[in-house]
Amino acid sequence: MALSGMRGLSVFISDVRNCQNKEQERLRVDKELGNVRTRFKNEKGLTPYEKKKYVWKMLYIYMLGYDVDFGHMEAVSLISAPKYPEKQVGYIVTACLLNENHDFLRLAINTVRNDIIGRNETFQCLALTMVGNIGGREFAESLAPDVQKLLISSSYRPLVRKKAALCLLRLYRKNPDVVNVDGWADRMSQLLDERDLGVLTSSMSLLVALVSNHYDAYWSSLPKCVKILERLARNQDIPQEYTYYGIPSPWLQVKTMRALQYFPTVEDPNTRRSLFEVLQRILMGTDVVKNVNKNNASHAVLFEALALVMHLDAEKEMMSQCVALLGKFIAVREPNIRYLGLENMTRMLMVTDVQDIIKRHQAQIITSLKDPDISIRRRALDLLYGMCDVSNAKDIVEELLQYLSTADFAMREELSLKAAILAEKFAPDLSWYVDVILQLIDKAGDFVSDDIWFRVVQFVTNNEDLQPYAAAKAREYLDKPAIHETMVKVSAYIIGEFGHLLARRPGCSPKELFTVIHEKLPAVTTSTIPILLSTYAKIFMHTQPPDQELQNQIWSIFNKYESCIDVEIQQRAAEYLALSRRGADLVDILAEMPKFPERQSALIKKAEDTEVDTAEQSAIKLRAQQQTSSALVVTDQRPANGTSPVNQLGLVKMPSMSSNADHNSTDQGSSQENGTLSKVDPQPPSADLLGDLLGPLAIEGRPATAGQPQPTVTPGLGSDPNAVDASAIVPVGEEQNSVQPIGNIAERFHALCLKDSGVLYEDPNIQIGVKSEWRLHQGFLVLFLGNKNTSPLVSVQAIILPPSHLKMELSLVPDTIPPRAQVQCPLEVVNLKPSRDVAVLDFSYKFGNNMVNVKLRLPAVLSKFLQPIPVSTEEFFPQWRSLSGPPLKLQEVVRGVKPMPLVEMANLLNSFRLMVCPALDPNPNNLVASTTFYSENTRAMLCLVRIETDPADRTQLRMTVASGDPTLTLELKEFIKEQLVFMPPAPHAPGPVPPAPPVAQPTSPVAALTDPGAMLAGLL
Amino acid sequence: MIRFILLQNRQGKTRLAKYYVPLEDSEKHKVEYEVHRLVVNRDPKFTNFVEFRTHKVIYRRYAGLFFSLCVDITDNELAYLECIHLFVEILDHFFSNVCELDLVFNFHKVYLILDEFILAGELQETSKKAIIERMGELEKLE
Repeated sequence: MALSGMRGLSVFISDVRNCQNKEQERLRVDKELGNVRTRFKNEKGLTPYEKKKYVWKMLYIYMLGYDVDFGHMEAVSLISAPKYPEKQVGYIVTACLLNENHDFLRLAINTVRNDIIGRNETFQCLALTMVGNIGGREFAESLAPDVQKLLISSSYRPLVRKKAALCLLRLYRKNPDVVNVDGWADRMSQLLDERDLGVLTSSMSLLVALVSNHYDAYWSSLPKCVKILERLARNQDIPQEYTYYGIPSPWLQVKTMRALQYFPTVEDPNTRRSLFEVLQRILMGTDVVKNVNKNNASHAVLFEALALVMHLDAEKEMMSQCVALLGKFIAVREPNIRYLGLENMTRMLMVTDVQDIIKRHQAQIITSLKDPDISIRRRALDLLYGMCDVSNAKDIVEELLQYLSTADFAMREELSLKAAILAEKFAPDLSWYVDVILQLIDKAGDFVSDDIWFRVVQFVTNNEDLQPYAAAKAREYLDKPAIHETMVKVSAYIIGEFGHLLARRPGCSPKELFTVIHEKLPAVTTSTIPILLSTYAKIFMHTQPPDQELQNQIWSIFNKYESCIDVEIQQRAAEYLALSRRGADLVDILAEMPKFPERQSALIKKAEDTEVDTAEQSAIKLRAQQQTSSALVVTDQRPANGTSPVNQLGLVKMPSMSSNADHNSTDQGSSQENGTLSKVDPQPPSADLLGDLLGPLAIEGRPATAGQPQPTVTPGLGSDPNAVDASAIVPVGEEQNSVQPIGNIAERFHALCLKDSGVLYEDPNIQIGVKSEWRLHQGFLVLFLGNKNTSPLVSVQAIILPPSHLKMELSLVPDTIPPRAQVQCPLEVVNLKPSRDVAVLDFSYKFGNNMVNVKLRLPAVLSKFLQPIPVSTEEFFPQWRSLSGPPLKLQEVVRGVKPMPLVEMANLLNSFRLMVCPALDPNPNNLVASTTFYSENTRAMLCLVRIETDPADRTQLRMTVASGDPTLTLELKEFIKEQLVFMPPAPHAPGPVPPAPPVAQPTSPVAALTDPGAMLAGLL
Repeated sequence: MIRFILLQNRQGKTRLAKYYVPLEDSEKHKVEYEVHRLVVNRDPKFTNFVEFRTHKVIYRRYAGLFFSLCVDITDNELAYLECIHLFVEILDHFFSNVCELDLVFNFHKVYLILDEFILAGELQETSKKAIIERMGELEKLE
C-alpha cells in the first residue's frame, strides 16, 4: 500500500523492487540518475513539486548504497524555498546527504539562521533539527546564542524548546569552546523545573553533557535532579502518555541518574537521604516480569541505579545489595541480564574494593566464558581479567588456556594477550609463567604477537634459575611433530642460549639438539632462518670437545646460505662461517646474551592503551581519576623476589618516550637478539645495551643534565624570590654523581609543556610520569612515581614549591614505594593570575645509602591556562583597535629569534594554544593569533597576538600582544618571546648549548635575581 | 549518544540510515555492510548487544527487519533497546500495523518521524501521543 503522495517516486521504488537481480537494479538506478541529472541541468523548467520529487529519489538511491555525486546543491537550495513542503525536503535530505564539513552547508547558514529567529514555528523546528543533526563549527559560531534564547524563552511551545535543547547539546559537544555556557548553571536549574516531560528529557541530556565537563558549576541542579527522580520513581504527577508499560519514563529516569553520577558526592544530608530512599526502592522493588518490554525498561532503570549506588555509596551501606543483585544476574538464563550483570561487575571492580566477594562467583563467570554468544564471552573475559590477582591467577589463566583451543578466531588474539599479561603480572613462580607462554604459542601460535615471545625470552635471559627449565621445556616442544613457527623461533633461541645447560640429559647432546632443530628448517619462513643460524653457531660453540661431523654439517649449512638472496641470512651465514674458523675468538664473540634492562612490559602497555570513544567521558573513569584518597598504590602483591626481574607492571603507562624505548627493545629482540656480528661490541655489555636502547638520550644524559639547559631556562626567572629554586633543575650538589638521570630533564620538561602526559624524570631507580588535564583555570595532574627496583625506595618526599600565582595541592605521598610498585599522587592546580613563573617539585628519596634529591619544574606553565579561540576578521579588528597602546597592548622588537619557517612558527604558536588565524593579516609574512586566558581572578580574557617577521632576516621580528589586562599582556608577551628565542635542543636541531655547563650553571640563578630581560639579553 | 540508526532487512537492504556523527559515504556503506553481517546471523537466544569497533550495537529484530542503534560503550543498553521498541510502536501506530512495504514506500515519512523522536543522537520525545499528534500537524501542512 502506497501512502506516498508522489506517484513518480512510488513508481520508481516499485521498479527497483521488481528488479530480478543486482544488475537490473543498477541499470534502473543509473537510468533514473541520468534522468534526474538532465532535469536538474535545466532547472528553469522544474516546478517546485518536481524538484522535491527528484531530491527524494536521490535520497532513496543514496540509501540503497549507490553513489550520488550530484544534486547536493539542489537539495540545499530547497532549504530556501518559501513553502513548507519544499523546505522540509531540503532540510531532511540535506541532513542525510551532507555531513558537517561540507562546503555547501555554508551557503545555507543565513537561511537557517533566519528560520531559527523567524516567526514560523514549523520552519524553526526544521532548522533546529538539521543543525542538531549535522551542525558543525560555523553553525555553532553563528547560531548558538539564538538557540540558547529559544530554549529558555517561555513564549515558544515545548515542541521548539526541546529541539533547541538538543540542538544546543550538539553544538556544545562539538565545539565546547565556541558555545558560551558561562552563567548557564542558573538556567539549567530553571529548566529542570519544566513541566513538559519532552523538554525535560531533552534538557536532561544537555545537563549530562554540561556536568560531564565540569560539574562544579552545576551544584544547584543536583537537588532538582533528585526531585525529578523521586517524582518519577513514585509515579507522582506523571502524565499517562509518558509512562511506558506502566513505568514512568524509564529514559528520563536513566538520564537523571546519569547526570547525578558526575557529581562526586551528595553533600546535603536531606537530599542524600531522599536519593538513597529512591535508589533503595529501585534496587529492592524491581521484579522480573513476563512482559519483555516492561522487564527491559525496569531493568534499564535498575542497572542505572546500580551504577549510581556504586558511585555514591562511599559508606558501603547499599554496596552489598548491589553485589548480591549482580551475583544473581550473572547466573540467570536471560542473556541480556546476564550480560549486564557481568559488565557491571567489571565496572564495580573499577570503583570499589569488592574483589573478594566477586571471587566467590568465579565458577559461574567461567561458565559464561563458554557461552555460545560472543557478547557474553567477551564480558566474561573482561571480568575474569579484571578480577584476577595472585590468589586466583593460576586457575583463571589455566581456564583461559583451556578455552583458547576452542575459542573462535574473533577472540583468540585478545584471549592470548590477556592470558599472557595475567601470567606475567601474577605468576606465582617463573617456571609457571614459561609454561603458560609456551602453551599459548603451542595452542594459538597465529594469535600470539611477537611481543609475547620477546617477553618470555627477556625473562629467561634475566633469570639464571629459570634457564635450564626453559631449555628443557623448549626441547620437549621440539619433539612435537608439527609446531608453530613462533614456537620454532622461541625454542631455537632458548636452546641456542641455554641448550648447553641440558648437556647430560638424554636427547640433549649438541648433536641431538642440532638435529631436532634443523628438522624444522625446511618448513620455516625467511624471518626464522637467521635465528636458526645463530642457534647453530651457538651450539657449535658449546660443543666441547669439538665434534668433527657436527662441524661439517653446520659449516655446510653456512656455506649454503652464504649465497642466500636474503641479506640478513647471507650476512649471518658468512660471518658465522668466518668466525667459527677462528677457534677461541668465537667463544668471546658468541658469548651469552647480556641481561635485558628492566622496563615496563610492552604487553601491559598495549592492553592499557586501548581507548574508547564516547560522547561524554565515562563517569566511572572520571571517578577513578578523581579518587582523592591520597596516594593509591597499584602494585602486584607478589612477594618481592630478588632474583626475578618479573613484573614490570608498575611503571608509568602513558609516556610516549618510554613507548619508544619499548619499541626499540622489541625491535632489538627481533633483529639483533641472536648476536650477529654487528651486535658484538667490546664494551661492557649492559652499558652498551642501554645505550642502544635509549639512543642519544642515554648517551647525552650523563654529561648534559648537569648544566646544559639552565641558562636558557627562563620561565622561572621572574621577580619572585622562589625563582632561584625554580630554575634549579639538576640533582642537587654532591649527589649529582651518585644517580644519573636518564634522558634530558629540560627536554622532558619542554615536551610536557606541549603535551599533557609523559615522563617528567627518570633515573635507574625511579620514573616520574605526569598525566594532566587542563580545564580553564584549573589543572588536574597525577604524578606517577614508579619504583623500578626490586627493593623499596624509602624516605620518599615530594614538596611542591608553588609560585605565588598558582594554588597547588598535592595529595599525600607515601614515605615508601614498594618494589616495582607505582604510586599515583593527584595534584590540583588553580591559576590565580597570569605569570610565567614555574612551580617546582622538590623530590627526594633514599636508595641504599644514597640520598637522591632533584628539583623538577612542573609543566603548569602559562600556556596550559589558554584556550585557543578562532577569531574572524569582523571580531578581530575592533578588538585590536580598542586595546590601544600600553599597558594593554605592548610591542617589542625581538632579536636573536631562532630562525624557522613561518609555518613552523605557526605550529609552535598553535602548540602553545595560541590559535593562528590564517589570512587575517594581509601581509603573508605576518602571523595573527588569538586565545583566551583563564584564571580564577580574571576568568576568560581574550588575548590577541600579532607577529611581523622580516623575510630578509629571520632572526628578528616585531611582536605585539594585546589583552584587557596589563599583567596578562606583559606575561604573555614574555612567555611567547621565551618560546621563540629558546628552542629546546631537539635532536635534529641543537639549541644554544652553553660551552662549559658546570661554570655556566651558577651564573643563571644570579642573573635570575635581577631581571628577566637582562637575563635574556645576556644569553643572546 | 546514538552514533547512527540503521533499519535493514535480512538481505541487508537499508530501509533507513541516519547518522549523527560525520562519516564519509564510503565509510557509511562499510558500516552498513558490517552491521548487517554482525547482527543477521545471531541466534535469537543471544543478547541484543554486540560490540562494534569501539562502540556497541543494540539491535532488535521485528519480522524480517533489523533495527540497530550504535551507541557508546558506556551507554545504558536496555534503555536503548526499549527505545527501539518505542520507535516501532510509533511506526506501527502511524502506519496502523506497519510492514516493511510501508517503510519502503514512505521512507520520507519515516525520516520525519525519526526527527521528532531522536535529535542530535539523543531521545527528544518519549510520548507516542505527542509524536503522532505532531505528525498529524505536519501532514496538514503538506
